[in-house]
Amino acid sequence: MFSANPILEHALPKLSDYGFFDNPINIQNPNADVIPYTISSQLFSDYSEKLRFIKIPDNTIITHNPDHTLNFPVGTYLIKTFYYLNDRREKTGGRRLIETRILKKISSEWIAIPYVWNDEQTDALVALAGERINVNWIHDNGIKKAISYGVPNVNQCKSCHAYENIQQPIGPKIRNLNYEFTYGSTKMNQLDKWISLGMLEPLNQNSFLARTVNYLDENDGTLDDRARAWLDINCAHCHRKGGPAETSGLFLEIEQTDSTALGFYKPPIAAGRGSGNRRYNIVPGHPDRSILEFRISSTDPGIMMPELNRRLVDEKGVALIRTWIREMLPKY
Amino acid sequence: MKLVRILLSFPILISICWAEFERDLQLKLILAEPGDTIKLESGLFPILGTLSMEGKNNIVIKGSGMNGTILNFSTQVEGAQGLSITNCKNIILEDFTVQDVKGDAIKCQYTDGIIFRRIKTQWMGGPKSTNGAYGIYPVQCENVLVEKCVAIGASDAGIYVGQSNNIIVRSSEAFNNVAGIEIENSTNADVYGNNVYENTGGILVFNLPDLIVKDGRMIRIFDNIIKENNIENFAPEGNIVGKVPSGTGIMVMATEHVEVFENTIINNKTAGTAVVSYFITEEKTKDKQYNPYTSSIYIHDNSFIREPQIPTLDHDIGILLFLRYFRDIPDIIYDGMPDPKYVGKTNLIPDSRRLCLANNKNAEYLNLDISKNFQSWYSPFIADFNTDDDECDCDQIPLPGVVLRFNY
Repeated sequence: MFSANPILEHALPKLSDYGFFDNPINIQNPNADVIPYTISSQLFSDYSEKLRFIKIPDNTIITHNPDHTLNFPVGTYLIKTFYYLNDRREKTGGRRLIETRILKKISSEWIAIPYVWNDEQTDALVALAGERINVNWIHDNGIKKAISYGVPNVNQCKSCHAYENIQQPIGPKIRNLNYEFTYGSTKMNQLDKWISLGMLEPLNQNSFLARTVNYLDENDGTLDDRARAWLDINCAHCHRKGGPAETSGLFLEIEQTDSTALGFYKPPIAAGRGSGNRRYNIVPGHPDRSILEFRISSTDPGIMMPELNRRLVDEKGVALIRTWIREMLPKY
Repeated sequence: MKLVRILLSFPILISICWAEFERDLQLKLILAEPGDTIKLESGLFPILGTLSMEGKNNIVIKGSGMNGTILNFSTQVEGAQGLSITNCKNIILEDFTVQDVKGDAIKCQYTDGIIFRRIKTQWMGGPKSTNGAYGIYPVQCENVLVEKCVAIGASDAGIYVGQSNNIIVRSSEAFNNVAGIEIENSTNADVYGNNVYENTGGILVFNLPDLIVKDGRMIRIFDNIIKENNIENFAPEGNIVGKVPSGTGIMVMATEHVEVFENTIINNKTAGTAVVSYFITEEKTKDKQYNPYTSSIYIHDNSFIREPQIPTLDHDIGILLFLRYFRDIPDIIYDGMPDPKYVGKTNLIPDSRRLCLANNKNAEYLNLDISKNFQSWYSPFIADFNTDDDECDCDQIPLPGVVLRFNY
């Protein structure tokens, strides 16, 4: 049946209907044509852990552009499962799957479909209008935490994933994928793996490939690299030209070099009480006078950044950005 | 279709603690098809997260009346807006109220054709810096109509049209906001027949730097009643409206081609009408494409009524005016910063590029002449102000009216 809403045409009612995983699917053991991957720096989402998978149609290949963006074939699925460890101090202990988001490329555009795991953890059901789910876990410091976790509705998916109003993936770029992953018992660079599987058009090995650092790894890159990686993955999906927050004139993508666009001595445009009575987005040397620091440290929905999918403060991320603003490099 | 059946039975499938109304409405907003009218019943509905509509054409969201359907966000836990509309075409919102949103009440972005009709946005606790920034907030839109709306209590602007084109704001009411109505970085706007009172500033026309959409122009402000916009500025610091002096009726900043006419401007204590450059904000910008000056400003046939009263003393300009004029403050205040590219060597600005004043009733004029008094203008006793409005005795060709294009 034709529907103006492509989601209704493409969304299957249950995650198990897609056949991405071996049974029982809550083990999240992918079929041979579903490839797990990760990205080097990740969006903070309330201490949930993420499993990522990609599936491209048979006999197709991912190509790339000179600017290192990827062209995924129509029919590609990106699958991301969010879960909580029962106790964050035991990475191999029990876990609770919360939601699985599917991005499917249906033309030049992608659609996003959220699935929410049932209490029995046997399957996940489509949840176009999103969901709020009470979750609790034991945190890194041994203290119990509980939040009302927000599963985004399909419009909220697009509010982050829109670029020039077309829904797009955010994470899988060459610079984010240029990172090691453990396949079974062997470690391998993900790009090399994808090329070896015939999924990805070979890259010109002579060309220097950018790589986003892992901002959580203090030995990876410089302070500036790590801070810019954090801003890129947490903010730049909206805060870039063509992104939904372009109205602010604040552009935080990793490639950005204009210091005003990055917020240096830039007054806010429509921050309202998000300004926190601070005058500029970033005052070099002074995190406590910088609006950016105020907003990422807040959990008030009218103040906090990012706007969605966050109930808690990313303590490590905030510490990183504070240090970066305090020790602001002369390059800015 | 199978999926639709599953969606409809969804509440049974998963137990949740989320008001039925909110999820049903959100689902309707997701599933709406062109031509649909989404009706909102009467009642006061607490909403916990931003309601959003995305990528839809020809949809009406219709409540049962401004005082009938009330969406209340005072317990909001998620999202920074009340209602968010993005990437749509030909949308009509009418007959409902959005209250106490944590951020902006109704934001509409990237939309061609948006009508706000008999919509009320309100923060219930009166003017407070903890209120959300904007009430009715179309940004980066085309063909915007705001009519018969009411905006109350925004800590920035009650009705704010930003980075948009082809706009009419009419027959609406704005009070207890920092700015009643603000047109920012926008082109082709008619603002008329509005009742704008008891804000910090009544109607603002601004161009700001470092934005993608620059160079707003062609704005007509007419037939409005702009009264007693004297409340204390309660914008959180850092926001540009925080710099608007309490007691401002109309302020035109850094914009070209603005016509202000046939308004009634009553008892705004500091500046009935101000025409200023961006320099007045004392902010710096590196934006090379930005024009910080005003030019082609035509203010005519307005009535000013002003009983003697002290201007705001919370603002440098207010203090300056107080020291120089005590309680009898001029009505039209110009900062005297013409665009250098029109001044030329002869120092004669063509009429079409000047500030022209004509047929205003009871309008006393003051030119702060900042360009000449730059060293001393803030010293009220030394500064050489000009109060002779002969320098503004000129006419301009009236601006054309805005024609909105909708395809319903």
